[in-house]
Amino acid sequence: MDKAKSMMDKKGASGPFHVANGQRSFTSVTANGACSSNGDMHHLHRGDEPDCTGSPAKRSRLRRRTESVRRNRPPFPWFGMDIGGTLVKLVYFEPVDITAEEEQEEVENLKSIRRYLTSNVAYGKTGVRDVHLELRNLTMCGRTGNLHFIRFPTQAMHRFIQMGSDKNFSSLHTTLCATGGGAYKFENDFRTMADLELLKLDELDCLIRGLLFVDRVGFNGHPECYYFQNPSDTQNCVKRPCTLDNPFPMLLVNIGSGVSILAVHSQDNYKRVTGTSLGGGTFLGLCCLLTGCETFEEALEMASKGDSTNVDKLVKDIYGGDYERFGLQGSAVASSFGHMMCKERRDSISKEDLARATLVTITNNIGSIARMCAVNEKIERVVFVGNFLRINTVSTKLLAYAMDFWSKGQLKALFLEHEGYFGAVGALMELLKASEDL
Amino acid sequence: MAECGPVDSSTSTHTMDKSITLPPDEIFRNLENAKRFAIDIGGSLTKLAYYSTVQHKVAKVRSFDHTAKEAHGDKLYEIAVQEEVTARLHFIKFENAYIETCLDFIKDHLVNTETKVIKATGGGAHKFKDLIERKLGLKVDKEDEMTCLIKGCNFVLRNIPHEAFVYAKHADSEFRFQNTQPYIFPYLLVNIGSGVSIVKVESEDKFERIGGSSIGGGTFWGLGALLTKTKRFDELLQLASKGQHTNVDMLVKDIYGGSYGSLGLTGDLIASSFGKSATANKEFSKEDMAKSLLHMISNDIGQLACLYAKVHNLSRVYFGGFFIRGHPVTMHTITYSINYFTKGEVQALFLRHEGYLGAIGAFLKGAEEDNPNQYSWGENYAGSSGLMSVSPDMNPMQRARSGTFDMLEMDRLERQLVKLPLLQDPSSYIPDTVDLTEDALAREYWLFCFEDALDGVVKRAVASQPDMPETQERAEKFRQKYRHKLQTLRHQPFAYGSLTVRSLLDTREHCLNEFNFPDPYSKIKQRENDVALKYYLKAVKSLDQLEWEERQFALIRGVLAGNVFDWGAKAVSDVLESDPEFGFEEAKRQLEERPWLVDCYDQWFERLKGPPHRCALFFVDNSGVDIILGVIPFVRELLSRGTEVYTYISNAWFWLVTLVLRDGLRDERLMLVQSGSSSPCLDLSRLDKVLATVVRERNTDLVIIEGMGRAIHTNYYAMLSCESLKMAVIKNSWLADRLGGKLFSVVFKYEVPAGKLSHDCSAASPL
Repeated sequence: MDKAKSMMDKKGASGPFHVANGQRSFTSVTANGACSSNGDMHHLHRGDEPDCTGSPAKRSRLRRRTESVRRNRPPFPWFGMDIGGTLVKLVYFEPVDITAEEEQEEVENLKSIRRYLTSNVAYGKTGVRDVHLELRNLTMCGRTGNLHFIRFPTQAMHRFIQMGSDKNFSSLHTTLCATGGGAYKFENDFRTMADLELLKLDELDCLIRGLLFVDRVGFNGHPECYYFQNPSDTQNCVKRPCTLDNPFPMLLVNIGSGVSILAVHSQDNYKRVTGTSLGGGTFLGLCCLLTGCETFEEALEMASKGDSTNVDKLVKDIYGGDYERFGLQGSAVASSFGHMMCKERRDSISKEDLARATLVTITNNIGSIARMCAVNEKIERVVFVGNFLRINTVSTKLLAYAMDFWSKGQLKALFLEHEGYFGAVGALMELLKASEDL
Repeated sequence: MAECGPVDSSTSTHTMDKSITLPPDEIFRNLENAKRFAIDIGGSLTKLAYYSTVQHKVAKVRSFDHTAKEAHGDKLYEIAVQEEVTARLHFIKFENAYIETCLDFIKDHLVNTETKVIKATGGGAHKFKDLIERKLGLKVDKEDEMTCLIKGCNFVLRNIPHEAFVYAKHADSEFRFQNTQPYIFPYLLVNIGSGVSIVKVESEDKFERIGGSSIGGGTFWGLGALLTKTKRFDELLQLASKGQHTNVDMLVKDIYGGSYGSLGLTGDLIASSFGKSATANKEFSKEDMAKSLLHMISNDIGQLACLYAKVHNLSRVYFGGFFIRGHPVTMHTITYSINYFTKGEVQALFLRHEGYLGAIGAFLKGAEEDNPNQYSWGENYAGSSGLMSVSPDMNPMQRARSGTFDMLEMDRLERQLVKLPLLQDPSSYIPDTVDLTEDALAREYWLFCFEDALDGVVKRAVASQPDMPETQERAEKFRQKYRHKLQTLRHQPFAYGSLTVRSLLDTREHCLNEFNFPDPYSKIKQRENDVALKYYLKAVKSLDQLEWEERQFALIRGVLAGNVFDWGAKAVSDVLESDPEFGFEEAKRQLEERPWLVDCYDQWFERLKGPPHRCALFFVDNSGVDIILGVIPFVRELLSRGTEVYTYISNAWFWLVTLVLRDGLRDERLMLVQSGSSSPCLDLSRLDKVLATVVRERNTDLVIIEGMGRAIHTNYYAMLSCESLKMAVIKNSWLADRLGGKLFSVVFKYEVPAGKLSHDCSAASPL
């Protein structure tokens, strides 16, 4: 590892970036060295690879293992799916190292699936491929390819299953690895409608596994992780990439429709500390009721233009300034939606202000609970993930601020670029691991 | 509350408006003597506090100088009714809309000109500052809201038994009152106003806001109003109580199709509040949205409270603020949330007088020079409105509440009260044997019983004051007031904490005092005393002639026979009234023959053969045959064995007993201690501090509790850390029946704490 690090340092350009403690868990997935990441990364693992220096016996052992992986490698297509309360997250591995021979053997519907997914950025009315998140030239299980990130609303699940049936997906004999509550809820629909068996996986296992993997391989040469510098100073608050060196212990706050908070001490040693029902679903649900908006994007757009102080009652609205007896700043929110107790103010409030207040309320509350959990668990690093944070800088900055301010700088908020996709990635990794274990 | 309006208060809401005329004798009482005002103005309710002195009559027994005995004939004493002045705290709660009317009223009736300042707290204090200063001519002195709240909270926790309760919606009695804890600190106070403040209280003066949340009552109200177009907070709560949150919330089963077993999350758990409303093309009912919002906010507050309780290692968490304020709906959701998040380890506690905390605290701030915390105070049941259920379907009467006035009055007690040091486990000690709040059958009986006896009490009250003015009218007012209290208690047994025989008696005493009837039985007692005193010497002489063994039994029978005389017990007063010659010997014949219903006499007798007790503490009745012919000879015997005896007697007859005992026995080892109350019941957790000191200093090793009120209605199950003797005759056939005995059955319970040589004695069937 030291060698790898020094090489990294020489490269310099992509910043400090290493995987130190991920090593152990990484090898559990890629024990034979056949799995590796793409060009920028592969030198990190070359100590494990067949072509590096080593005793002949070791080399031959590695070669044998590579063979075995190749034999047991699951057939394409490789999917990982995370079916949440609001969104379905799908990751698709598109192999780019297909030989001509392979291409000839490839059945027609497999080819068509690949083309359909990779040549479009939108599917039907609601499916979206997050092109900017694509991980290129990634090596998994000895194959090189691109990892695509696709999402669509859980409401469209039946249409998706129908499509699987129409495309005769079951004939491909692939295992569909799925996690999230929907893996259980829709299991029977997959079976009866599309003749597909799901391999159901625990969502928290997948989340942690996927998160650690993506963090390790990085984001096309850049770090996956970031934080905000000067979180308490709105003028100078800037996003900064960083590494998750020694990722444990971390408090992992997953904000989907609801929120789960995990204390993670290693890949396999974690516990769900608590959760709250005030999550992304609450933000969107309340925004729809209050403003008549229809989508998360719309709600966030409105929120970005609004001013929550027209909706919320601040400490200074009650005390005329700071509440010194308790060290509360005048600008702190005393009562979310507190101004809305007054009819006149209700009648004149804008949708944008309401959307902003909803966003701020939910975000601050999550921050508050996360902070208490961090204190209870004695963990200083708080990692926020989940699709609530997608295109949501208001919330990420607010969380960074809340962690920093209320802990007097003790706690640090970290964020990850692939926000809501770790469960799906974790599911895909299970597919590869499951085959390996055969 | 109905006290301030016509008896049928359900109609008063609609007739009251801002120009109401206040019934002066009911609401702002004793304004003539009022001083030290404080006011707490909240978002919708104003709480006014002041201190007054109350003059009331007390019956005092005055002894004659016995060197001049001849001049007074045979009488050793006379009963004089004296004026006594006691301090009282008044707290009145009313809607902000009435504030001007109330200030005018106060101005017109305020006589005391010394008062210069009014302490003020609450969010609305600055808004009404000018009005108050103009109307009352008092300078408004603002006090910090949270400081007042905490001060008030400490005060009620310390002085009002059954102040705190656990709320259990589906239990037989929704309110489960907590015993007064010997130590009230540390605790967590979660105040849910428009926002939430979480305060850790470590001592009288040390507290800290350790956290809070902006999602509070204001969020429920503001967001609720936006979502449902419903303006009022109460209406929102009503909507919520009818809604189905599952139509709006996304549950675990909506995501998983069932439960999330590996994490132990049940299917019905809310995964995402309002998760189902994230859609454009669906309508949601107001009720469902309000319910979902209520759950969301309650769960969130509960979760935060638990997190803070855990970080600071606190197990007592009190909830207050307008979001809670007696609303069953919010108390239920908060309780549910706390149970869920702490897995039952922490209980959500609520306070009966939660709405008054700020006003009490502000008042205390202003009254610091009077040292109110050096005294013990007691809730006056006659002057206090009591806790109302705000559950709309439970009691249709309660809606009147918001339009009327709610009151709390507290009397300063003559003595500082502390717990008896001999209680085996002070924190689990419950004085009362039966909780009538939970026992519906017993409640029905006793409420009937007290109502049935009311005419007799009124008659006695009138007879006790033949020469006083307006006796008839006052007695009639007493009848109305007490009857109304009984009616209230029938609907809301939890109004003053757990309903017990003791609290029914106390309420009656407070109502009697209210109309200046300190002791309706004084005349009868006097007559009875005279008879008993004449017989005393003869009785003692015949006892002295008995052999030791016979005498021990005769003494116990004497105490029990004396106990048959009780004008408070209906069965007995009937007999006594019809046959005034009913004598002591007759009483002995009425007694059950051994074996008694509870019979530990053999063990007691064995004990008497052993070494004498060092010091005995004797809780006795206050006068009559009971004490003169029953207790005194028994005390004589104890003294002659070499035991020091402390007798605890209520005020009125203190001097009489002193006279008889001291003059009759002339024994230095007999001491008399005056109790603070005249209740026939006994709360061992609220006793004179002096007594507690004596008990500790003298190494008391025997406690004797005599009488139905002290030994059966209360303390029947009390566990003491020394030997104890509980003696009573059951003079109520219903109770006798319940205990498996009959009228005049005897309870003679001798207990030795475990660890010391134990004589187990057959116990009676549970009450």
